[in-house]
Amino acid sequence: MDLTPSQTIGPFFHLCLTRDRAEGRLAGPEAKGDRIRLACRVLDGDGAPVGDAMIELWQADASGIYNHPEDPRRASHDPAFCGFGRLATDEEGRCAFDTVKPGQISALEAPHINVSVFARGLLKRVATRIYFSATGKDPILALVPENRRDTLLARRDSRNPALWSFDVHLSGDHETVFFDI
Amino acid sequence: MADNSYHRPDPASQPDYLYEPYRSTLRRAPRKPLVFLPETLSERTGPLFGHDEITETSSDLTRQHAGEPLGQRIIVTGRVVDDNGRPVPNTLLEIWQTNAAGRYFHNKDNHPAPLDPNFTGAGRALTDSNGCYRFVTIKPGAYPWRNHANAWRPAHIHFSLFGPAFATRLITQMYFPGDPLLAFDPIAQSIRDESARERLIARFDLQTTEPEWALGYCFDIVLRGRDATPFED
Repeated sequence: MDLTPSQTIGPFFHLCLTRDRAEGRLAGPEAKGDRIRLACRVLDGDGAPVGDAMIELWQADASGIYNHPEDPRRASHDPAFCGFGRLATDEEGRCAFDTVKPGQISALEAPHINVSVFARGLLKRVATRIYFSATGKDPILALVPENRRDTLLARRDSRNPALWSFDVHLSGDHETVFFDI
Repeated sequence: MADNSYHRPDPASQPDYLYEPYRSTLRRAPRKPLVFLPETLSERTGPLFGHDEITETSSDLTRQHAGEPLGQRIIVTGRVVDDNGRPVPNTLLEIWQTNAAGRYFHNKDNHPAPLDPNFTGAGRALTDSNGCYRFVTIKPGAYPWRNHANAWRPAHIHFSLFGPAFATRLITQMYFPGDPLLAFDPIAQSIRDESARERLIARFDLQTTEPEWALGYCFDIVLRGRDATPFED
C-alpha cells in the first residue's frame, strides 16, 4: 500500500503536542547513569534561530537498552528512564533536555541519541543523531563524510561537565548531517 | 538472514524538503544530500504510549469545555495500517486544528477571527487492536497566511503518529473533499504526485455519518512497514 505523505507540522503545534505532554526530562530521580543537560538550538540557513521548531529525542538508557520489545535486553531496561523527550524551541531557537548519557547498544556502536526535528517550512522531519565522541569505530559515523562528522557531536561545556550543547543547522554552510532512515 | 528493515518511502509519495512556492522552505530545507543510514536497533525501536495518555474526552474535541463549540460537528475515523495493509494497533494519534472560524487557540495566531471559548482544537486517541481510531470534532475553517498574495490554507486537521518505531514517525495534515483552496495551497501541492496528494483528502462517508447529529469522514493512514515482524501472530 502507498504511504501517507508527510506535511509540515506548521507553527501552531504547541496547542496539542507540547502543551500537556512537553517532556524535557527523560530521566527520573532514580535513573542510573551520568546525568546530563542537553542544550539544543535550531538554526536556519542564515544562522537565524528557529523559534517554532519541535525536537524529539529517543535514546537508550545508561546501559544501552531501549524500552521497546525489539530490544532483546528490554527486561533489564532502567524503569526510571523513559527514553523519549520532546520540546518546542523558544524565540532563540533553544530548548534543553535533562537525561543521562546513553550506553552503548552494541560493542561497535558509539553512544548516541536519535533526534527528529519538525518545523514550519520542513515538509517532512529531519532525522539526525547526537554523538558524544567521534573516536571509535561506530559504523554509522563511518558513513558520514569526515569533514561533516563534527555536526553530529555534542559539545561539552568547559566549566560544567554535565552540560552539553548541540546545534541543529537546518541548512547553510554548517548544515547538520541528516539521515535517510 | 532476511532483511527485516522498514521499507523506504517511494520518493514520489513524499514532498521534497525544498519547494519554492512554500516560502518557509527556502531558509529551512536541508540542501545537502541525506546520508543513507542502514537500519539499526535505534530506528527499529521507538517510544510506545499507553492508555494513560488518554482521558474520556481526549478524542471528543466537542466535550472539552463547559459548552459546545460552534461549527459543523464531524466524526473523523479511519484505520492506521502499515504498507503491507496490516493494522497498527495501540498507536498514539494526536490532532490539532482551528475552530470553525479558522482561528487556532494559540497566542501566535493573530488572524482576526473569533476564538471559541468552548474549543481548544487538540485531541488524542489510541488505535484499537484493528488499527481503528475515531475523533469527534467540528469542521475547521480556512484561514489566511502570508505566504503569497491572498494566500489561504484549505481547512485541515494536523495529524501526528508514532507507529511502532523511530522509523515510522509521521506528521501530516488531513484535508476535506471538494475544497477549492487545495489547488492553490503550496503545502498540499508540495506533494507532486496527484494520487499521493489525494491520499491526504478524507472521504465523506454516509455510513459514518450519524443521523440528526454529525457528518462522517474517513481518513486512513499508511505508515512504513516491513516484510516480517517478530510480533506477528
